[in-house]
Amino acid sequence: MSDQAKENQPDKSIDLRDPVVAAVLAWLVPGLGHLYQRRMAKAVLYFLCIMSLFVYGLALGSLPEKGWYGRVVYFSWRPGDKRLFYICQVGAGLAALPALVQANRMANNRRVWLSGFQAPPRHPTDPVGPENPNRDQPTAHDLYKEIPRYFELGTVFTAVAGLLNILAIYDAWGGPVTTAKKEDEEDEEDTQEENGEQRA
Amino acid sequence: MIPFPLMVQANDMWYALPLIIAVSLVYAATRHEEMIPILAHAGRLALWIIGFMAAIFAVLFFVSWGL
Repeated sequence: MSDQAKENQPDKSIDLRDPVVAAVLAWLVPGLGHLYQRRMAKAVLYFLCIMSLFVYGLALGSLPEKGWYGRVVYFSWRPGDKRLFYICQVGAGLAALPALVQANRMANNRRVWLSGFQAPPRHPTDPVGPENPNRDQPTAHDLYKEIPRYFELGTVFTAVAGLLNILAIYDAWGGPVTTAKKEDEEDEEDTQEENGEQRA
Repeated sequence: MIPFPLMVQANDMWYALPLIIAVSLVYAATRHEEMIPILAHAGRLALWIIGFMAAIFAVLFFVSWGL
């Protein structure tokens, strides 16, 4: 059998264990679902690729001089600032969930944690007096002004990381796509062969 | 001499490199189980993406020629 044929051979020995549990774990932490399934190499590959992109994106969207960290990942659904990118970013799982906590704290007029890590920007119409505990937080305008290109780049990196983890979740749930496709093709070939034999 | 804003934009292309590597590896990993086929597929996919970007660059370059 040639190397190419061996490469395309369906690997029916993959034990996916409980695919739903694997998928949930894969969402929470990229690669954790594969670790649960004891697919170590893929667990490491997914974790390194996805988390590197996500963390690098967070770093690009930070400005340590001003104490702004991880500003590119935030949840906001206010008029004029509907953060659709968060739908992609949340695919990265736990790493993107502080944004929900911070958005909740800000909406309830409570001080955001961790110097505003993943906190939504302050709305320009929010009061700037002592009644607002988050009056020192930057507005979206401040962010775009201070880290213009890097804010966009960081947003893209974190969004792509979240989207890639959706592929990883699917892989944890159903195994490699090629395997499933090859199995279907083989089944079809078997059926055709059987039909041919019956006619003969 | 290349105008400075264009030079900055050209340097921004380096940011595509980690994206291409990660996208290629993750996509390839969803197609295979063993590491060697994953790396081979990822290599082919990365080259395809770079080629596609180069083609788009060439088209835009000629379309915008003289602007």
